[in-house]
Amino acid sequence: MLTNETVAQDIIQQFGDAVSDFDDPFDLLTLTVTREQLIPLLQYLKDHKTFQISFLTDITAVHYPDSPGREFCVVYHAHSLINNYRIRLKVYLSNEDLHVPTATVLYESANWMERETFDYFGILFDGHPKLERILNMEEMDYHPMRKEYPLEDGTRRDKIDALFGR
Amino acid sequence: MTSSAPNQKTADPGVMLMHSEDLLNWSRASSLWPLTFGLACCAIEMMQSMASSYDLERFGIFPRPSPRQADIMIISGTVTYKMADRIRRLYEQMAEPRYVISMGSCSNCGGPYWQHGYHVVKGVDKIIPVDVYVPGCPPRPEALIDGFLKLQEKIKQEKPLTGAPSAPQAASTPDQPTEETLSAEPQPVPDAPAPTAS
Repeated sequence: MLTNETVAQDIIQQFGDAVSDFDDPFDLLTLTVTREQLIPLLQYLKDHKTFQISFLTDITAVHYPDSPGREFCVVYHAHSLINNYRIRLKVYLSNEDLHVPTATVLYESANWMERETFDYFGILFDGHPKLERILNMEEMDYHPMRKEYPLEDGTRRDKIDALFGR
Repeated sequence: MTSSAPNQKTADPGVMLMHSEDLLNWSRASSLWPLTFGLACCAIEMMQSMASSYDLERFGIFPRPSPRQADIMIISGTVTYKMADRIRRLYEQMAEPRYVISMGSCSNCGGPYWQHGYHVVKGVDKIIPVDVYVPGCPPRPEALIDGFLKLQEKIKQEKPLTGAPSAPQAASTPDQPTEETLSAEPQPVPDAPAPTAS
């Protein structure tokens, strides 16, 4: 039975300053890793004798337009099928430099996940074999999940709560 | 038709008189084979319609895996811009006569994405012609079946041999052109009823 404590201690021992911001919301070990140590960390978790965190569940991103220097966060979820244990890794990027090394060297499944993250957030995965849009059409010249589009017209009167008894 | 015992191979010989157009229309309306593909949650309802509870096969509706074998395309769900090219292509691969049922709000008009969606075609009729619109979000299987029945009614109004498409003016003089074609019997039947200048 893996605990967040043992995994976190092991990672800190191995990677030292490259990892930070440990937290466990909803009991899910979450940490921030530098861009340079991301792939080594994924590799380490995958090859670890006891952890065996060898399944990449998801890659996605978050846009924080109001935090300068850390506008984008790329999130990796990984899973140990042997230990039934999950972990979440975050890499923060600045608006000017949206490059992350690809995880396709470790996981084939990262291929489409990274294409989707590129499609919706414009994160550039260096070394990806075919970094093209996957869900939207090629002609699109923007990244729809970024928080840079106006919200719904504030003058609309057809969605006020009173009309729905709220 | 005379009824016969199931184990009897030959029934009593009988003669049935009908217009060849009616025969064509009857056979087309009674074996509408849809192209197997689903786009969104409407496809789940479509699957229900085809499964045992609603059993679309009792209407002769049986999904086919290839557009070459299909007569009808059910647009069951949200048509994204990326999917639009593929839908158009599949439609063009279907042999004529071909029909389209637009199932659900998304494919009728864009549905909940009609105003702010960056990725949804605002109605599948912007890319391919639609015969029957089925409203609902998603429509219940009964609604889809009703759509099929409406389409069958529409097919039975068609004039596949005399060339007149199912236009309103064709209803005024329904029978004369049919009999002319029947009297001039050894006439090559056009394979596809080319919609002559609709």
